[in-house]
Amino acid sequence: MKISMINSLKIRLLISLSFVLTFSSINALAQKNPDTQFNKMMTESFRTEGIANVDRIIQDRTQQFCSDPKFVASKAGAIKAVEIQNLNMAMISPPSDANYMGDWKSGEAIAQSGRGATWTDTANTTNGGGCYNCHEIDKKEISHGNIGPSLWNYGKIRGNSQEVLTYTWNRINNSKAYNACSNMPRFGHFKILNEKQIQDLMALLLDPQSPVNQ
Amino acid sequence: MNSARDIFKSFLLLFALLIGGHHAYAQSTADDIAKYREMIAEGNPSELYEMAGEELWKTPHGPKNASLEKCDLGMGPGVVDGASAQLPRYFKDTNRVQDLESRLMTCMEKLQGIPPQSIIDAKFGVGPKKDMDAIVAYVVTHSKGKKVNVSIANPKEKAMYEMGKRAFYYEAGPFDFSCASCHGSAGKRIRLQDLPDLTTHEGAVIGWGSWPAYRVSSGQFWTMQQRLNDCFRQQRFPFPIYGSDVTIALSMYMAKNANGGVIQTPGLKR
Repeated sequence: MKISMINSLKIRLLISLSFVLTFSSINALAQKNPDTQFNKMMTESFRTEGIANVDRIIQDRTQQFCSDPKFVASKAGAIKAVEIQNLNMAMISPPSDANYMGDWKSGEAIAQSGRGATWTDTANTTNGGGCYNCHEIDKKEISHGNIGPSLWNYGKIRGNSQEVLTYTWNRINNSKAYNACSNMPRFGHFKILNEKQIQDLMALLLDPQSPVNQ
Repeated sequence: MNSARDIFKSFLLLFALLIGGHHAYAQSTADDIAKYREMIAEGNPSELYEMAGEELWKTPHGPKNASLEKCDLGMGPGVVDGASAQLPRYFKDTNRVQDLESRLMTCMEKLQGIPPQSIIDAKFGVGPKKDMDAIVAYVVTHSKGKKVNVSIANPKEKAMYEMGKRAFYYEAGPFDFSCASCHGSAGKRIRLQDLPDLTTHEGAVIGWGSWPAYRVSSGQFWTMQQRLNDCFRQQRFPFPIYGSDVTIALSMYMAKNANGGVIQTPGLKR
């Protein structure tokens, strides 16, 4: 009896000791774990201002994947990229009125405007596409960026077959459906632009009358 | 350049240049600014801020009615010469890695009794932040021509650098942007604005080495904290808290990449 009592006490002691040890080592690990430290920094460094809610720091799967350029460039990363692209492709809806092309003149205005979604904008701000920030579009506009490819003569080169219409629609809605870590915002996915605005941008790129195709 | 009037005159000249010299080719604005930079090489408008900053540094302020002359920016109390070249760095007394602005807040708290929160909460360009702009202009002018010289020898400095690198590539928000979206490869522009590749030494020297700067377009002097704040705004991120670790980590990442490069602060920007 006595021995078994002592034994059970020993066991209890051992269990509690191992608990203490595990917990303290978890604690020490948590403090040194770079992930924990990084996440702590990110959550403590930002606050909500206007429409820019602090929740914006939380990443979706695509953003999480693309924030690790080393992994993206690896073999496993290439496989994962396809999965991310499929995920984004599945989220695209075709135009609800089956109309792909709107008015290129409005499209030009949307392409020029870089407004929207910052903390100095409001919920009522009409968002722009900011397209000229990164793309050459109408050659007459000399103030254009070069992060994205030139879109000059976009429709003249490609024509406007259904295949081209669908591809272009998808690309504006969610560029990550084709290139997992494309630098281009997902204008449809995050509702930065509405369907009509995207139709107007489609016309800017594809309408034979658009200055882009002269 | 001796007086505020001269500076004002050269500012008018730039205005005329920018308006009058609007040529129909892509590099015109950049060319005009380069011309202007040459002309006022001896007198950047940020001199006004610098002069006000020197006054603020030397004049007693705050509840403790003390000056900042005993402020330790990492090279000993009162040493301003070359101080911003070695920031951010680890400080034993706060047990933190600090950049220039967060360190100045520590000095203002300890020496002058000014609560840091009153500075953090202030709007850019007014009240306590306007004073901060001036003091920053004063300090960084004393590192002009010196070489960036930050260390990551201390484990906290190393950790800050690593976190800064990670934050640089951190994509989030409704536009999926990270710092790297615009500053991760060479030869890129937003509209006509050249974007330094901050992941390379050359690019980091251009970026880190020329901020804080006087911004011609807004007529304001911007500290690095304000520069980073506006980057995050355009990235569609939430608001980075003034002096928060993410701002210091990113500064450490850029400064380390720029190590050895010549500092041109205060810079002059579009």
